[in-house]
Amino acid sequence: MHLLKEVKSLIHKDIVLEWRSKYAINGVILYVVSTVFVCYQAFKSLDTTTWNALFWIILLFASVNAINKSFVQESRSRQLYYYTLASARAIILSKIVYNMLMMVMLSSIAYLVYAVIFENPLGNPLLYLVTVILGGIGFASLFTMVSGIAAKAGNNSTLMAILSFPIIIPMLLVLIKVSKNAMDGLSCSINYGELLVLVAINVITVTISLLLFPYLWRD
Amino acid sequence: MKKNWWKFLGLALIFYSIVWGLLGPVPALAIVNETIRNVYFHVPMWFAMLTLYLISVVYSIKYLSSNNTDHDLVAVESINVGIVFCLLGLLTGMIWANFTWGAAWPNDPKTNGSAIATLMYLAYLVLRNALEEEQKRARISAVYNIFAFPIMIVLMYILPKNTDSLHPGAGGNSGFGDFDLDGSMKAVLYPAALGWILIGIWLMTLRFRMRKFEYENDTVS
Repeated sequence: MHLLKEVKSLIHKDIVLEWRSKYAINGVILYVVSTVFVCYQAFKSLDTTTWNALFWIILLFASVNAINKSFVQESRSRQLYYYTLASARAIILSKIVYNMLMMVMLSSIAYLVYAVIFENPLGNPLLYLVTVILGGIGFASLFTMVSGIAAKAGNNSTLMAILSFPIIIPMLLVLIKVSKNAMDGLSCSINYGELLVLVAINVITVTISLLLFPYLWRD
Repeated sequence: MKKNWWKFLGLALIFYSIVWGLLGPVPALAIVNETIRNVYFHVPMWFAMLTLYLISVVYSIKYLSSNNTDHDLVAVESINVGIVFCLLGLLTGMIWANFTWGAAWPNDPKTNGSAIATLMYLAYLVLRNALEEEQKRARISAVYNIFAFPIMIVLMYILPKNTDSLHPGAGGNSGFGDFDLDGSMKAVLYPAALGWILIGIWLMTLRFRMRKFEYENDTVS
């Protein structure tokens, strides 16, 4: 109960901070829209496999950029202050949940913009949207912990990329497979196995993050 | 001599697997033909790699609870030796694939997964180089190591099982165990796997002791 209360107020703090400046979210949305536009100018028209792959690559880079900031936008001394107030688990959990909320919003916007600009017939739009949202949540849960590690290691974005890309690949492979099935109009029931793998990877990463973060933040 | 019996056991088992693996009876199968003997060299590499990565995770967990530098050194040296076994496994697999699948690197989930898992552990080594302070380096790399291990398992052993694959034992294919009716192949494969695991651990302890001497030299002076 105590933990939940801490998590709730930390998330509230993050949202208020973001709402006041609107810097990160606007920047990332602009990033997604301009990337989609650049790709549109370069490709003009796409076949279904490339359409799907391109969408996930755009989303991958957008989410790395969005979540990379999660541990560095506040100053060190202010973070130290949070650590005296709340437990380490509450801090990582609040960051994960906040990033999940942000990624759900971001990936929905990206999907909308992408689908409008690149016209492409989707066989099962609902399953595609579910996959996109699950993917956003998965990216958030994995990248939050990795960005915590990268932030401790002097926070260069190269390190973030080399640490996170191999780790995200299993999830990305499953996502691309399920979303391709959704494009081809297969029903949800065929994809239960894959969706289960996605949920399982999320549960594992969140659990490990909760267990390991207390060791990470202590300096 | 008394303490080192397992090193000699490892050498003897590998010697046995090389001699009997090349001379012993194997089932006659189409396409694979005599290359089936590669099973005695390709598969044990992965056994050894997995054992070493497992040791590394165990010592990373131990480091987090003990803050003992030795545990960190064991963890990093296990990964160093594990990467060598992984590269050897990829190499033997590529030679095998060249004869049976027609290309050294076909787009197969098992090969790709193994290559990506290697990238993950190379990233671990890069992360270590990026950190200057010893205690911090040990702690943060231990956290990353524990974080990466389950993902490696998913990538190498769970995903290929339900994807289309050429690899035996993946994508609904049968493994070689189904053809080995009288157990003559298992009689070579399991000793070979144990032998390579022991040699891998031996290499790791050698490198660990070297690292430890270097570390102690640096800290005393």
